[in-house]
Amino acid sequence: MTTIALPGRGAVRPPGRAAVVAATLLGWLVVAAVFWGRWTLELDRSDLTGLHTWLNDVRDWAGAHRNSSPVFVYVFNVIRLVVGELTGLLQGLIAQPAYGRPVPVVGWLGVVTLTTYVSWVFGNLRVALLAAAGLTFLGLQGLWQESMDTLALTLSAVLLSVLIGIPIGIAAGLWDAVNRPVQLVLDFMQTMPSFVYLAPMTLFFLIGPASATIATLIYALPPTARYTAHAIRSVSPAAVEASASLGATRAQQVTGVLLPLSRPTIVLGVSQTMMAALSMATITALIDAPGLGKNVVKALESVDVGKAFNAGLAIVVLAIVLDRMTTAFSRRAEISHRRPPSPLVARLRRPLLVAGGAGTLFAVYLSRTYLWAAEFPETAVVGGRERDIDVGNDIAKAADSVTQWVTGHLSGLTNGVKDAVTIRVINPLESLLTQSPWWLVAVVVVVLAAVLGSRRVAVVGAACLAVLVGTGLWEDAMTTLAMTLVATVATMVLGVAVGVWMGRSRRADQAIRPVLDAAQVMPAFVYLVPFVALFAPSRFTAVAAAVVYAAPVSIKIVADGVIAVPTTAVEAATAAGSTAWQTIAKVQLPMSRQALTLAANQGLCYVLSMVVVGGLVGAGALGYDVVAGFSQTELFGKGLAAGVAIVLLGILLDRITRAAADRSGRIRDPRGVPSTTT
Amino acid sequence: MSDTLRYLRKTRSPRWRAYALAGTVLALTAAGCGGATVESESDGASPSAAKDCGTVNIAVNPWVGYEANAAVVGYVAEKELGCTVTKKDLKEEVSWQGFGTGEVDVILENWGHPELVEKYIDGDKTAVDLGPTGNDGVIGWYVPPWLAQKYPDITDWKNLNKYASMFKTSESGAQGQFLDGDPSFVTNDEALVKNLKLNYKVVYGGSEAALITAFRQAEQKKTPVIGYFYEPQWFLAEVPLVKVNLPPYTDGCDADPAKVACDYPPYELNKIASAKWASSDSPAVDLVKNFQWTNDDQNLVAKYITVDKMSAEDAAKKWVDENPDKVKAWLP
Repeated sequence: MTTIALPGRGAVRPPGRAAVVAATLLGWLVVAAVFWGRWTLELDRSDLTGLHTWLNDVRDWAGAHRNSSPVFVYVFNVIRLVVGELTGLLQGLIAQPAYGRPVPVVGWLGVVTLTTYVSWVFGNLRVALLAAAGLTFLGLQGLWQESMDTLALTLSAVLLSVLIGIPIGIAAGLWDAVNRPVQLVLDFMQTMPSFVYLAPMTLFFLIGPASATIATLIYALPPTARYTAHAIRSVSPAAVEASASLGATRAQQVTGVLLPLSRPTIVLGVSQTMMAALSMATITALIDAPGLGKNVVKALESVDVGKAFNAGLAIVVLAIVLDRMTTAFSRRAEISHRRPPSPLVARLRRPLLVAGGAGTLFAVYLSRTYLWAAEFPETAVVGGRERDIDVGNDIAKAADSVTQWVTGHLSGLTNGVKDAVTIRVINPLESLLTQSPWWLVAVVVVVLAAVLGSRRVAVVGAACLAVLVGTGLWEDAMTTLAMTLVATVATMVLGVAVGVWMGRSRRADQAIRPVLDAAQVMPAFVYLVPFVALFAPSRFTAVAAAVVYAAPVSIKIVADGVIAVPTTAVEAATAAGSTAWQTIAKVQLPMSRQALTLAANQGLCYVLSMVVVGGLVGAGALGYDVVAGFSQTELFGKGLAAGVAIVLLGILLDRITRAAADRSGRIRDPRGVPSTTT
Repeated sequence: MSDTLRYLRKTRSPRWRAYALAGTVLALTAAGCGGATVESESDGASPSAAKDCGTVNIAVNPWVGYEANAAVVGYVAEKELGCTVTKKDLKEEVSWQGFGTGEVDVILENWGHPELVEKYIDGDKTAVDLGPTGNDGVIGWYVPPWLAQKYPDITDWKNLNKYASMFKTSESGAQGQFLDGDPSFVTNDEALVKNLKLNYKVVYGGSEAALITAFRQAEQKKTPVIGYFYEPQWFLAEVPLVKVNLPPYTDGCDADPAKVACDYPPYELNKIASAKWASSDSPAVDLVKNFQWTNDDQNLVAKYITVDKMSAEDAAKKWVDENPDKVKAWLP
């Protein structure tokens, strides 16, 4: 049954489908009312099922055989050595004392100058200045050493991601048989909460740079692999055919046609990998990884919001600098083709390059020889007097006062909002999901999957639900599902509202985009405490934190989608006499349907990735189970099962939404790949 | 960059030579300008002769009280015994695991954890108990001071049902809310609520930061909150929470976790070390064995770190300078 989606009309579905969905939901309510509270598969907070104890036993067995089993000795130890050496090398280069000297190989002056020069050479002047300003700011905050630690870890994780991810992506891009299992494994890597495998990781890879890098690698690798696979698949078949007709072998096609044409998208994937690696800074701090993450975690021990914000701001600055650098690198090739430089610039460029290179080498030499150029100075001579460089403290104090003012004056209002939303929205949905018999919920989900998606999706859904029941955490999964749905709907509402605004107004876009970037990269741990102060430990707090993290992505995707709507269509609508609302509702939104579904899908992924953080602020359910599994040795199996349950929920919801999108739209891409920057 | 190389290879113009000359002069001038060089710094920074103490790996669990212990012990070990102290920020579970791999030598504050004792001390034999730290841990149910002042009888558990409706929140429905914190602690709160027949629901805050923030807000806004807390804890210096008295602890009343109906036992906080390190003849082992101080000592250093915002090292130095006799008693 084919459907044609015409721009300007709403979703075109056969009337039968909407009626079926409505009937299913109604039937669910009726049957649930009859069997309320039975077959709900409850499990007390501290109880374990057979599966959980079995997983504990597996963990114990692995620990006992760590030194004897050949798998561990030959495979894990080798990996640990290789990864540890790489990370150690990078750390010695910019961050940690190395080679018998009390300072790294390249001191702060060298790093700043080198980064500026490289950004200028491979990017443009603006990015170079941004890099210089950003890195110097990190030093002024008094966080240079920690920033370099985080940077070293991030770079080594990104390097490994590129080395491993691009070949995997190429394989997945070329062969369908490889693509399906690879996508599933990547799903696991991205949605499995890190807390689940942090403790076992230290068992196999010991405490140190190797564990931290590998933990980061697991979360950061999927974007590179996915974007590469997508890019390979989207290369125009005409280009490939042309090369084949010229006699190119498969390998030559890959290296000569597919890879070069996919370069911009692959660089985008690497940029996303970098963001993901940076976002792991606070989590790896829990296994003693040096860097800014430790500052955040330690500040939270004393509930010191200011210090946590200072460190979080450094992470944001680092992320923005790295992101703009990679974007500039990828755009440089396109820009120089479009706009050849003026003759004066062309003539000056070579001497400038040489001078710049010499200056950089000189700065590196200085940073190796003089202490003031190696360790970021803590005092400076300003106006004839020596003063402390205290920018970090000032930022911390400012953040503290703002937080105190907000929590002091607004908590009445915010608590009211929390109560209202909890009572009217979260509680009813959660009761319906947790108090209906499990088989009823399963049937409803499978039917909805079949109707909104396809029969294959229904089968996948049924499998996911079966395994979910097997984990023994059904009730918690339903509670988490309720919160996820509420958060996703809120994310989409924000996404559409702000995204359309940004899409229609260039100034709004310029003003809001940096705020979105900051919100996405700021570690959630930083705004946890103010949220708890405003909303008290509750499920609403978890939903709010998830929305703060997921909304920027959705907003950006929707904004890009609205911007991509051809201006001719908008003009035609305006010329025909449409008001602004009519243009939005009847032209811009329907024509950006692909972006809307991608925004929903990505919003869902990001919301799910905040489930564990939600567990730290009173959400309970699966998030708390994961955190408890990391903190108590007997709950490890339950924590692992909870992590798997989160992944299953992710797969289930993702497959359904994408299938629904496939049906009603023109989506061709695998997930996680917007047409423009995210 | 290839432009640069081609340029350098091809050109022989005087301009290029002038640049090189200017660069060299600049470099020499700057080199002659002095300033502390890295080499001179590294000469000065070499440590005094180590008295075969070697390296000590101290696990630092994520709470301020522990940081105080680690700061002071680490400071003394470095300054008095010449040890190389490596501190690793790890949770309890990972720290105990590290004994077996040799990455962790000592845990300076352990709160009971019978399951870990059973696994690593009795079972694997990779860890040993090095005796008490001198601190007494008290876990229990606490309320903010304004509440205890307004309703003095709330400190008796028998009156909790009377006030249950006051503690209602959106998370606890019709029952009163009892707030739990970090899942690192084994709690009996659910069993207690059930067995003492209290009209409360345990809500899991999930982290110590959430718990502290909730208590802080409650005291500031004068809203009712009842939750799990413990001493020694730095927050009690800021807001002196009042303990609610549950039925007193008797030996064996918490043997079956499902039937607990009494208060938490007092904890004698102790030090755990890796069996291998403890049997080595490093002087640091004796330092750790002898290390003991009171709750007030730890609270003072914790206050330096949280309220006075000193670094852990500075806080340790200040306390050690002010208490030389106590420190002397620890040295081997």
